[in-house]
Amino acid sequence: MPTEDLALVSHLLRRAGFGASRKDVENYAQKEYEEIVEDLLTPEKSPEYDVDFISRYFMGTVTSDSFGQTQAAWIYRMINTPRPLEERMTLFWHHLFATGWNKHEHAMTCVQQIDMFRTICLSDMTTILIALSKDPNMICWLDNSENHKDAPNENYGREIMELFSMGVGNYSEVDIKNAARAFTGWTFTQCIPLYPFGTYLSEFEFREDDHDYSEKTFLGEVGNFDGYDIIDIIVKQPATAKFISRHLYNFFVADEPQVPAWSIQPPRDPKAIEILANTFIQTKGNIREVLRTLFNSEFFKNSRFMKIKSPVDFVVGTVKIAGSHTVPQPDLINLSGSTALMGQTLMDPPTVESWHTGPEWIDSGTLTDRVNFAVEHIGNLNSDGIKDIINRIKSNGEEISPEELVDICLDLLGNMEIDDTTRKSLLEFSKNLGVLIFDNTDSELESSEKIINLLQMIVSCREYQFA
Amino acid sequence: MTTVSAPPVLVVVQLSGGNDFMNTVVPITDGIYHDSRPTLGVKEKDALPLNDQLAWNPVAAPLKELYDQGNVAIIQGIGYENHNRSHFRGMDIWHTCEPDKIVTEGWLGKTIRELDPSGDNVVTGISFGKGLPRAMVSPGVPVTSVSDLDSFGVMSTITADQQREEALGVFKRMYTPAVGSGIVADYLSHTGTNALASAQILGSVPGKYSSTVEYASNSIAKSLRDVARVHTAGIGTRVFYTQHGGYDTHATQLAVHPKLLTELTTAIMDFFQDLRDHNASEEVVMLVFSEFGRRIKDNGSGTDHGSGGGAFLIGDRVRGGLYGQYPSLEFAQLANGEDLGYNIDFRSVYSTLLDQWLGVEANPIVNGSYEQLKPFIE
Repeated sequence: MPTEDLALVSHLLRRAGFGASRKDVENYAQKEYEEIVEDLLTPEKSPEYDVDFISRYFMGTVTSDSFGQTQAAWIYRMINTPRPLEERMTLFWHHLFATGWNKHEHAMTCVQQIDMFRTICLSDMTTILIALSKDPNMICWLDNSENHKDAPNENYGREIMELFSMGVGNYSEVDIKNAARAFTGWTFTQCIPLYPFGTYLSEFEFREDDHDYSEKTFLGEVGNFDGYDIIDIIVKQPATAKFISRHLYNFFVADEPQVPAWSIQPPRDPKAIEILANTFIQTKGNIREVLRTLFNSEFFKNSRFMKIKSPVDFVVGTVKIAGSHTVPQPDLINLSGSTALMGQTLMDPPTVESWHTGPEWIDSGTLTDRVNFAVEHIGNLNSDGIKDIINRIKSNGEEISPEELVDICLDLLGNMEIDDTTRKSLLEFSKNLGVLIFDNTDSELESSEKIINLLQMIVSCREYQFA
Repeated sequence: MTTVSAPPVLVVVQLSGGNDFMNTVVPITDGIYHDSRPTLGVKEKDALPLNDQLAWNPVAAPLKELYDQGNVAIIQGIGYENHNRSHFRGMDIWHTCEPDKIVTEGWLGKTIRELDPSGDNVVTGISFGKGLPRAMVSPGVPVTSVSDLDSFGVMSTITADQQREEALGVFKRMYTPAVGSGIVADYLSHTGTNALASAQILGSVPGKYSSTVEYASNSIAKSLRDVARVHTAGIGTRVFYTQHGGYDTHATQLAVHPKLLTELTTAIMDFFQDLRDHNASEEVVMLVFSEFGRRIKDNGSGTDHGSGGGAFLIGDRVRGGLYGQYPSLEFAQLANGEDLGYNIDFRSVYSTLLDQWLGVEANPIVNGSYEQLKPFIE
């Protein structure tokens, strides 16, 4: 049974993926909604992404001094992956476990971490936190290589609880010190090579001689804990179930206040967080199960356009509609440059606290960058997606009214919903374009440009900022 | 209030990550300092003398020069009660002056509202860099955020003039604030409307500027050069915000911290030189701050999060010197048993800047009454 509600499919693909052209939406919609969700939750069913193909164009994965190219290669993967949710969740963990390139300026180490996120992205919280604690990029970022038996460094011990699992207010300074002691000796085989010449990767190493084996008290439990024990104790805390659920809600459903406010401000939908947290607890932190609950819930289906697009959502989503960059193009690097200008430098978040989200993505500077980006990319008559939109409008016949033209364009751009102010302005613009005629090459070109002008105005509007 | 010929201007430089104040202005004769920092301590032979107890980090020579000219006030031991050492909360508290609750209104956002109550000039407050800091945010107050001054402007990708003009007209109408459209949509409307207005004003700035000062190529130098370009263009900006990141030196501090201090102090020196060359320095005061200082004891490679720290006020009208007491390193005086304490609440410095420099009533902005310093030459 196909899904008739294309707007719902469009919504799902914007959140569980990076948006979709109308053609993609129609393809997915051949199945029932629940089936589409299952397909997305089971990336193994879809073909693997061809890494070698992009590596031939972007050598960033084999030389360490080309950070810009590794960012561009990731953007390309987001655009073209046959497994959108896998990539989306990789980005989710990157967002939550924000690790910055600037500490070592070694791009390969960032890619190594992102690749790790991809393999564990739909597994369980214990697996995920163990992998995180052993990741060289994270060990460097939060200085666990400097966390020694006789000189503990608290950085990772603090942030694994404050930022990565439980949130502030659920543990004491003593818990932090003991967590730090439990992670002593969790280091890497060799330092991450300094830029720009190192072409080898560092790996996790446990150094027995540098591990504090003595007794520790952690969150009310006492024992000779090591890092694995600390993670086990963290994962079974109700605070962890709630904190991760709220992050998933904020990432997939609707904008929450900024994370530091969470210990004080209740969730916008406490019921939804409870539902997700319950699944988390029942499945011992199985992320795939939590997401299954999320995507099939009414609160998800009813959350259309309740999120401000992140810069990555905005750039990748726009490119997917334009249908460009399905093969590597020379300007690919401008796409990752654009997300950076809009406030999101992939693999290099501003601080350990990651990016602020929702309306905080937008200020007069970044709004200007967004509008300019969308106008440029939707304005390209040579892009396949734009050609497809024009052909679809053309097939509607020549007697298309200005109102109909606006509505069709809104639909083709992702079943957008707009308010009266925007509609009035677009309608006026549409009327001024005059009649669309497609009877010869000249008139066809002229009409195509008119359609593009209208599309450009639509992607400039406020409503296009929402996913 | 201090009087200057032009309207007074405040430039804020935020050092993100927690600057190690003890290795910036060093208690060089204190034995506890050297005992606590066997690896990272600044050695007496390398340090630049400040007085008989304190010394500058060797790379802070440009700031020492400004200090020796009498233009730098060092605020020793700045902070607030019940510090919890979190970057998150630390920065939030500095931005909002609310240590106990989360609010979305920043102290400079409120200040800009007082300076320009009707919001006539959308460039009264400008932030340079990526993203708008919470300090500059206040509902209904237009603030301009610039990532690249040289390509700033809506629809600048449409090259045909007539088409661009038409598109801008539609844009303006679509972003007209409508009643009852919701908080976020409303926020977007105002932001879009302001983006149009500020682009029009800022578009003319780069063409007006010329200078003999050559800034270095790093983020803080670029930002301060942008501040100089905008300030000298005379478009009425009163509050500038800039950020310099990377101060979270838990590890390899010996390599990282001097690099940052070199970038910072050189950029500040170049900035004031530039303004003086343009005869536009007298009306400018700079505040340099960080969300916290770092732990007294080093951890072998870096320093962990601490509490009390230091700040600087810099400018021609600043009465240079030391303000407050350098926090004691004696165990009994420490915060959390291992951090520098504080002697001056950061809201005292804000109040001083607001009342005595910008001429804005401080109490409603900092949420209370705080003892003020006397750091300005009348």
